[in-house]
Amino acid sequence: MPAVMKTTAARLSTLYLVLFALCATVLVIYMTSLSVRMLTGQTQELIADEVQNLGRAYQRGGLPLLVRFVEQRSRQPGANLYLLADSNGRILSGNVQSLQPGVLETEGWTTRPFAYQRFGEGDAERGMRLPGDAAPAVNDGPAHTAAAFVLRLPNQMILLVGRDLGEPERFRAIVQRALMLAFGMMGLGAFLIWFFVGRSALKRIDSVSDASRRIMGGDLTGRLPVSGAGDEFDRLSEILNAMLARIGTLNEGLKQVSDNIAHDLKTPLTRLRNRAEAALSGDPDSDAYRQALETAIAESEQLIRTFNAILMISRLEAGYSSEHMEPVDLAAVVSDVVELYEPAAEEVGVLLSAELGAPVSIQGNRELIGQALSNVVDNAIKYSSGSSEMPKVVVSLSQIGDEAVLKVTDNGPGIPEEDMQRATERFVRLERSRSQPGSGLGLSQAKAIMKFHKGRLEMADGKPGLSVLMVFPTVSGG
Amino acid sequence: MIPSVADPQIAYKQAMKILVIEDDREAAEYLEKAFDEAGHNVHLAGDGETGYALASTGEYDVLVVDRMLPRRDGLSVIAGLRAKGIDTPVLILSALGEVDDRVTGLRAGSDDYLTKPYAFSELLARVEVLSRRTGSKDIETVYRAGDLELDRLSHSVRRAGREIVLQPREFRLLEYLMRHAGQVVTRTMLLENVWDYHFDPQTNVIDVHVSRLRSKIEKGFDTPVLHTVRGAGYMLRAG
Repeated sequence: MPAVMKTTAARLSTLYLVLFALCATVLVIYMTSLSVRMLTGQTQELIADEVQNLGRAYQRGGLPLLVRFVEQRSRQPGANLYLLADSNGRILSGNVQSLQPGVLETEGWTTRPFAYQRFGEGDAERGMRLPGDAAPAVNDGPAHTAAAFVLRLPNQMILLVGRDLGEPERFRAIVQRALMLAFGMMGLGAFLIWFFVGRSALKRIDSVSDASRRIMGGDLTGRLPVSGAGDEFDRLSEILNAMLARIGTLNEGLKQVSDNIAHDLKTPLTRLRNRAEAALSGDPDSDAYRQALETAIAESEQLIRTFNAILMISRLEAGYSSEHMEPVDLAAVVSDVVELYEPAAEEVGVLLSAELGAPVSIQGNRELIGQALSNVVDNAIKYSSGSSEMPKVVVSLSQIGDEAVLKVTDNGPGIPEEDMQRATERFVRLERSRSQPGSGLGLSQAKAIMKFHKGRLEMADGKPGLSVLMVFPTVSGG
Repeated sequence: MIPSVADPQIAYKQAMKILVIEDDREAAEYLEKAFDEAGHNVHLAGDGETGYALASTGEYDVLVVDRMLPRRDGLSVIAGLRAKGIDTPVLILSALGEVDDRVTGLRAGSDDYLTKPYAFSELLARVEVLSRRTGSKDIETVYRAGDLELDRLSHSVRRAGREIVLQPREFRLLEYLMRHAGQVVTRTMLLENVWDYHFDPQTNVIDVHVSRLRSKIEKGFDTPVLHTVRGAGYMLRAG
């Protein structure tokens, strides 16, 4: 297949061209044959009338009257063909100078159009013939074709009355020419359509392909061209651009995570290695060894926890199966978590308390919600423990419209508005908290869990301190 | 490092027959060595069918089953054994490790579930707690450890005849520790069994609960009963 035919536009243009041409041809042929038949029928009727008239004249006045009639009629403008010949076919009278041989031999209607020449017609136009009827011109002069009726008179003389077929022939010719013209126009039209519509579509697809290739080449910031016409191509490009933006965000996130993993895991790993090294190079003392090994185990356990948290976030974000969703009493989870953290909070001088309203039940996974809430509470305790006044963390549960809201408020220093978004990103530990223990994954894990429950994690200014809101939808199936 | 062995306090415990069904040779050999050092007898099976055949004899105290196995899936092995009436306690090891898998594993008839990567001390503690050799204490209404006494019916705790007042959660914590007296109990095991949660609490919340409990049952007494096993967890043991 030639390259140009490989485009949809070219193939469609060709297909339409062929279909239209076919329809047009069938239609024209049908109409032409119908018209020609009608015209021929009319001609035959006229001839038949004339033959009857002449026959009657012959009966009335014999040959002389017939000859007079023939000569009289022959001279009329636009006359029919008249010919009177003797039994040998020699022309005696009429307006026909010469005739295709053999026409006079058979009586009745001529079966095919024949060629003839009138008297004094040297300048007559050459008649059009249908391709199959290419009869040789008589006497090398201009010839016409005609249909005729041949009658043998009782005295063996031959009378021919005919009519020129120029009219239907001309009609046919006109139609034929029109058809050719139409074909030409259609071909041209198809070419123009292909050139302007197809080619322009092709060009846009090409530009999209080029842009895609560039993007695949590594330039993720590249975008597909949008012409502004608002057509299908623009819509497609916009959607693909949105997809690229999403991929870009994910990629950026991934890159950031890799960087953060590198940073956050490299430090403890290096520390682990250095401690082992120091223990080895120090005094061979079993107590020192033991301590070094215990520290190493503690550090690797922290590393495992970090990895587990990363794994859990990835799985939740990848779409965790909702198989184990069941009704969860949020109030019970709140009192469990508060009860679990209360002694630890007290240890660092933070007052942890719960404010429970009516029990709120949602569809969810109790373990995951417990994990999310404990992360948020853990975070709040860490943040508030530094504040100068009496530090406290309050966990409250309320139902607002279709949503269950778990709110964890501390009275610590809070975080600046501009950091709130960043705080839930993976591994992001705001500058102040870098010194605090923890994987830095707590809030992003909580966020992933909330997303998994079709809820959301929000941050608000607790005035002072920070409020973290865990919002769950309570309408089932929502 | 296997802390429970190094700790002379718990060296008296009984040896168990453990069947490890694990297709990862290296992991299996490590487990064999580690359990052996902890004083247990270990058999290895490299695939589900072999493991099923060995476990069908019913002569093991605990089965440690990897979830993904060649020839026969770990869950199917457990289901097959349970259908046959073999009720050897099973601990599933899994690299999948999500709440989801955990629930599926427990529903399939396993008794415990541990996600890779795990600390061997955690596995050992869980396996030792699982073993039926330790005997079921479900029917006992009073747990005793030295002069410490816990009455499950009246919810009262006494030490050397002196009443000790505990919060409900502290009571459950002590109940679990006494039920597994002489065995190492990890923090995760406590969170799972006392609080009924299975998640990573980020900070040392369990430790604080334990130390509160410890101060209540040890304050004013000469001998410690609640010991910290470094790198592993806690153990309640008199004397």
